[in-house]
Amino acid sequence: MTKPMAGDSIEQTPVGKRASTGSRATFWLGAVVALGVVALILLGFFAAPEDDQQQDAVRMIFVHVPSAILTYIAFGATALGSVMWLWKRSVWWDLVAHSAAEIGVIFCGLTLATGSIWGRPTWNTYWDWGDVRLVTTLILFLIMVGYLSVRSMGDDDATATRAAVIGLIAAVNLPIVNRSVEWWFDRTLHQKSSLTDGNLEDLTLFTLVFGIVVWILFFAWAMIHRFRVGWLERELRSGDLDEAIAARRAEALIDSRPQNGASS
Amino acid sequence: MTHLGYLLVGWGLTIGSGVLYSVHLVRRGRTLAARVSTSRQRWMTADDQ
Repeated sequence: MTKPMAGDSIEQTPVGKRASTGSRATFWLGAVVALGVVALILLGFFAAPEDDQQQDAVRMIFVHVPSAILTYIAFGATALGSVMWLWKRSVWWDLVAHSAAEIGVIFCGLTLATGSIWGRPTWNTYWDWGDVRLVTTLILFLIMVGYLSVRSMGDDDATATRAAVIGLIAAVNLPIVNRSVEWWFDRTLHQKSSLTDGNLEDLTLFTLVFGIVVWILFFAWAMIHRFRVGWLERELRSGDLDEAIAARRAEALIDSRPQNGASS
Repeated sequence: MTHLGYLLVGWGLTIGSGVLYSVHLVRRGRTLAARVSTSRQRWMTADDQ
């Protein structure tokens, strides 16, 4: 698995520098995210007040809502990258779409999981198939799992195009998920937007917005690393192909030499 | 504190998943960066470290 590539002897990472996808900027961004998560735990568990009805179960809002918003952002980025791939055939945008989809699937799964866990003490059920937001979010999750499955089937342009179409189909579902609690308000256990309904106390609202900011910073950090990983995977495949072509050419050269030697 | 079990599972799952994914990304990046020649590492800014 770790066979060297052609030219590696003069191009490898210099001694003393650690090969990685990190940089000074991502280091400090990651440090800010880590501190932000610690601060969010302190705010969420010890500073924000409990709710009159939900009591301490309301503290689940500080991980559930940021995860949901990150899902929208990530799948929105996937849709943008997919459009740009279909329009410009830009590898850069294709990698953006793929990277955002992977992160989005994780946070969409977390949105479903934390929502179910929060639902048990609040609604007395983990899941309700009649709730339009739950079902549309599950459909979104499954579509994007399908996106990643398609991506895992190959790395050629045709596969990227198929995945881009799936990414755009998922994007159509985004406003449906977001607006479902208003369009079908009588078919959901969900409340309307926690951020805009004005029912949250000041410190609860501050902690929620703080959590959203920390999650967005994490998304930026993860996107940078995931993009670079995707780029390196692509370069590695390309390098292996170059090496294979060079090897075949060398073989062909060797095969032709004895015949030349015999005739001279 | 009420509902502590639900809170610990929900928060633990979220933060734990984030940490695990981050570790996976960093380790995968290190493995790949060691295998790909520096001349092909476009979009990397590791040299400024």
